[in-house]
Amino acid sequence: MSTHDAPPNPYLAPRRTADESRELEARVAKLERALTDRGIVTRETLDRVVDLYEHDIGPMNGARVVAHAWCDPEFRARLLDDATAAIAELGYSGLQGEHMVAVENTSDVHNVVVCTLCSCYPWPVLGLPPTWYKSPAYRSRVVIDPRGVLADFGLTIPDDVEIRVWDSSAEIRYLVLPEPPANADSMDEEALAALVTRDAMIGVAKVAAG
Amino acid sequence: MNGIHDLGGMTCFGPVEAEPDEPVFHSDWERRVFAINVAAGAAVGPLDYRRHGIERMPPDIYVRSSYYEKWLARMELLVAETGMLDHPPKQPAQSPDEFESIVYAGRPANRDDARAAPHFAVGDRVRALNLNPTGHTRLPRYVRGRVGQIHRLHGTHVFPDTNAHGQGESPQPLYNVRFAATELWGPAASARDSLYIDLWEDYLEPCESR
Repeated sequence: MSTHDAPPNPYLAPRRTADESRELEARVAKLERALTDRGIVTRETLDRVVDLYEHDIGPMNGARVVAHAWCDPEFRARLLDDATAAIAELGYSGLQGEHMVAVENTSDVHNVVVCTLCSCYPWPVLGLPPTWYKSPAYRSRVVIDPRGVLADFGLTIPDDVEIRVWDSSAEIRYLVLPEPPANADSMDEEALAALVTRDAMIGVAKVAAG
Repeated sequence: MNGIHDLGGMTCFGPVEAEPDEPVFHSDWERRVFAINVAAGAAVGPLDYRRHGIERMPPDIYVRSSYYEKWLARMELLVAETGMLDHPPKQPAQSPDEFESIVYAGRPANRDDARAAPHFAVGDRVRALNLNPTGHTRLPRYVRGRVGQIHRLHGTHVFPDTNAHGQGESPQPLYNVRFAATELWGPAASARDSLYIDLWEDYLEPCESR
């Protein structure tokens, strides 16, 4: 099921004209003004939210969780048993990560995460989702054709490996614990964290050796 | 609502195309509309009501809109629908520090004080009911009528189908349910693969045998 009858995805192409972009900017400015003028929210709070999600909350957090799990078997066990509590041990928690579950990739099992109904994503550990994660192409097809979608990312999963797709339909958020790279034993936790990518923690990539 | 947002299993959107080195935001209006949704969302209504706001977009506009365009359209719709601009809050808006504490504390969706005894246990075979509600639901079409197995009990969680419509949180047991890929997609799917999805008790019925 990995070939495409559908044309190349028309939905992701940059398609807004300058006029359309100006119209979007005007609509957002009008909405912001209406809410701030009436004291529903302040501009300073909006600035803070942008700053937090652009600088403090991102996939580097999840990478530290993964590297710590690779280096500390007891933490790995706690992460797989109660991910919310284990992740909080490292200081990560909050909106869209209130109820975390970690799923482990092994030589026999490959996990991949989606939200078919909207674009639910574990913000405290991965930050905000990339455009492809929110696209109709990914949300629609990874459940019916996970091997084909992973091939779109250049990842071939052998036929004898089981694929588990996790559809985030409730307020549970999923973090993939990838397999450590082949040379993990020769690296410290910080060096390992630098190898862990966002895509590996969604399950559309593996962690390459450093 | 059997809406366009319920994308799981469609194959008409072409390959998944990732943007290399994608920034968190592509333009300043995206920063603002994201922050407005996050910081002013609770003043508009519950998360489930806000999600349904996106689902109510006209389907052709939904598929042609980017993620943050959907977030903008949803806020415009719900701000107008709630009439909140005509009845501004009596409390002062949260300060940046007050809201930052919410970002890191989150808003849990479990209601353990309302804990109901779960009807199903891990390993039980269940059928997802063939429900077609006209309002908000987190039961996607692709699992309706299909037989799976309880994989995990998550606890007692707010029920989106009522909470989205001002009918209360109706907390009830939330389960993770495993479906074989062949059960969902037929014999062309890999017999090894499976799909895991979180489903509330009201979406499920016991299934003793096939």
